Amino acid sequence: MRPHLWLLTVVLTFAWLSTPSSAFAQQAGGNQGAAGTSSDAAAQALRAEVERLRQEFDAVKQQYGDRLTALEARLAALDAGRPGVTGQPPAAPPSAAPPVTPAAPPAVSQPAAAQPAPAAPPPATAEVPSGAAGAGGPEGALPVYGNTSALSKIFNPDMAAIGDFLGAVGSNQQVPTPAMEMHEAELSLQAVVDPYARADFFVTIGPGGSVALEEGFLTFTGLPGGLLTKVGQLHAAFGKVNQMHNHVMPWADRPLMTQNLVGGEDGITDAGISVSRLIPNPWMFLEATGEVYSGNSAIFSAPMRSDLTYVGHVRGYQDLGDSTNIDLGGSVAYGHNSATPDGTTRLLGFDATFRYRPLRRAIYHKFLARTEMVWSRRSELAGQPQSFGTYVSGEYQFARRWFAGVRFDHADRATNSLMTDKGGSLVLTYWPSEFSQVRGQYRRTRYAEGTTANEFLFQFLFSIGAHGAHTF
Amino acid sequence: MRHRCLLVAAALVLAAARPAGAAGKLNVVTATEDLASLAREVGGDRIDVEALARGYQDPHFVEPKPSFILKLNRADLLIAVGRELEIGWLPPLINQSRNSKLQPGAAGYLDASLTVKILELPTGQITRAMGDVHPLGNPHYWLDPDNGRRVAQAIQKKLSELSPNDSAYFAARYADFDKRLAAAEKRWDVEMAPYKGLKIVTYHRSWPNFADRFGLDVVGYIEPRPGIPPSPSHTLELIQEMKRQGVKIMLVEPYFDLKTPDSISRDTGARVLVMAPSVGGEKEITDYLKLFDYDINLLVAAIKQVGAK
Repeated sequence: MRPHLWLLTVVLTFAWLSTPSSAFAQQAGGNQGAAGTSSDAAAQALRAEVERLRQEFDAVKQQYGDRLTALEARLAALDAGRPGVTGQPPAAPPSAAPPVTPAAPPAVSQPAAAQPAPAAPPPATAEVPSGAAGAGGPEGALPVYGNTSALSKIFNPDMAAIGDFLGAVGSNQQVPTPAMEMHEAELSLQAVVDPYARADFFVTIGPGGSVALEEGFLTFTGLPGGLLTKVGQLHAAFGKVNQMHNHVMPWADRPLMTQNLVGGEDGITDAGISVSRLIPNPWMFLEATGEVYSGNSAIFSAPMRSDLTYVGHVRGYQDLGDSTNIDLGGSVAYGHNSATPDGTTRLLGFDATFRYRPLRRAIYHKFLARTEMVWSRRSELAGQPQSFGTYVSGEYQFARRWFAGVRFDHADRATNSLMTDKGGSLVLTYWPSEFSQVRGQYRRTRYAEGTTANEFLFQFLFSIGAHGAHTF
Repeated sequence: MRHRCLLVAAALVLAAARPAGAAGKLNVVTATEDLASLAREVGGDRIDVEALARGYQDPHFVEPKPSFILKLNRADLLIAVGRELEIGWLPPLINQSRNSKLQPGAAGYLDASLTVKILELPTGQITRAMGDVHPLGNPHYWLDPDNGRRVAQAIQKKLSELSPNDSAYFAARYADFDKRLAAAEKRWDVEMAPYKGLKIVTYHRSWPNFADRFGLDVVGYIEPRPGIPPSPSHTLELIQEMKRQGVKIMLVEPYFDLKTPDSISRDTGARVLVMAPSVGGEKEITDYLKLFDYDINLLVAAIKQVGAK
């Protein structure tokens, strides 16, 4: 290995230079006192010489260090299974002369042989977190910031920040919102933990600077029995909207159904355990999810430790063709509330989605129709109100960057089923790129109290960094 | 107790049925139809192969449908194009597959890009101001037949590793494919030889390996930046550039709108060619060799018609 020889030479030179030269220097100093000025000049010269050598050596050391860092970076890149531009094995034999003996295909194996072992490359790629755009990606010298080694960045999680700027024009006496606010900044950290699990953290910073853990969970991806298990702070698998982060919603707000019955923007989000598995059957995709939560979320509360919240969800999905599919779900949630000492809240939900996306023009056209319904039954001091809420929405992408949508809302209040809010929205969204969106939404809401709010909401969503792809 | 009932019900549902165990043949799922074709060449009747994305679909933007989760759930091997081509859709599918064989680091995951020749590796700092750049290099590498050979070989190794009893069979299949590919390459090279240095424009950066292999000179792109739709100012610049350099051929992937290419065509007289970037891009393209047959036939016929040189 050349670098090692180099290192050896440098070390030996250093050893040789440092010990005798200091001896020389001492000797020279001693002579100076004894023999006077004649040897003084010689000692001076010697000292200068030693100093020069030392500087030279430092320069060499610096150079060598840099080369070593670069080499390490390249080695790491190679280990990570990415043959470099120059390290590309061009040794594939000319195609005109293929191996004829069937038993000896490795004649063309030079490119692969450059890899250490067949099993090695996949795990190595896995170490670079999926979606780690730029995290040690580019070949050549890796960018080094500060003092840390560039290699340490390879294990950094995928990081992203998503801004959600929300504004409103018009009046709403019932639920007033500011004219403009930085509604949310979401920070995400996502990576594989070990061969058995991955972790996802989503931290949100609200308008007042309030920091909250939106979600933070561990996912065991390969448990026996086909069980997909999540542990941590989770959006419960109740319907569709409850599981969505703000930036993946097709609207600037959440439906009245969510606001009135499922806890609004926070929704059923709690610390708990979620287990789901596929139910094999010859007809369709069928997935059952069972979840247990501590019992403290926007609509549930647990005065006692045993007052847990239980959520169950069944999802059926079927392709109707390459471009159309249908997605149905049923959900239940049960937990305690704080209205009465032993009060409970039960929710029953149903959701249906129809999607159309012609594959040949998938980036230009898309249609999605969705409805969700929720039945809520709460024990209140004054009886058990049984409330119902629903929304029906449609969204159509009519050009590469343009989406138009409509939504109808209808929802009783959770604590008083006789009070019903109704509303409707028209939405227009423009996507400058995949990483930003501008949205305008006209919303008209007729509240149970009799007031009507006409509002225009506008929203800017923007994302930087590597945000993991969302589930379908 | 109501919640106990719920729990029991959930447990019952969860334990309802056992996953169907795959016996005998290796079950291979590939991200694209090109990889499926290469896997079929090597695996023959000892494997079952299924592709997720269709050949006429933009492979960057595939929806991670639950039906794909089912396919991954049953798979013994997943072959991905790699280089972050599938970054927007494959990771969530793998996460939900409940299949430990395919998880990162497991033996059932093959990144086909690890042994191929990759072009357009970015050097230096990259930002999204450059559009949707791929930090690990251009992922459309399968459009160089030699890369197809390398992928086939990687697949052969992987299949032999997963099913050692069939390794001689896979090796023989690979050698046969290699021979047929080499013969076809000779033919393609002869067909393309007169057009070395031909200047072309492409919609997206899908064709660098194809152009590199067959000596075409890509002088511009209809997209101002990768993944960014055409803009009027860029289109005007491109038209001027094409006129200046006498570009007569534009390659467009089947999943892009033809409005802008057609209007450029009206201004410059250049021919719009909807070339297939993948197996399955057109009905008759049923395997990897036919992909090049189709594209080269189309290209050569068009060049002859427009009289480009």
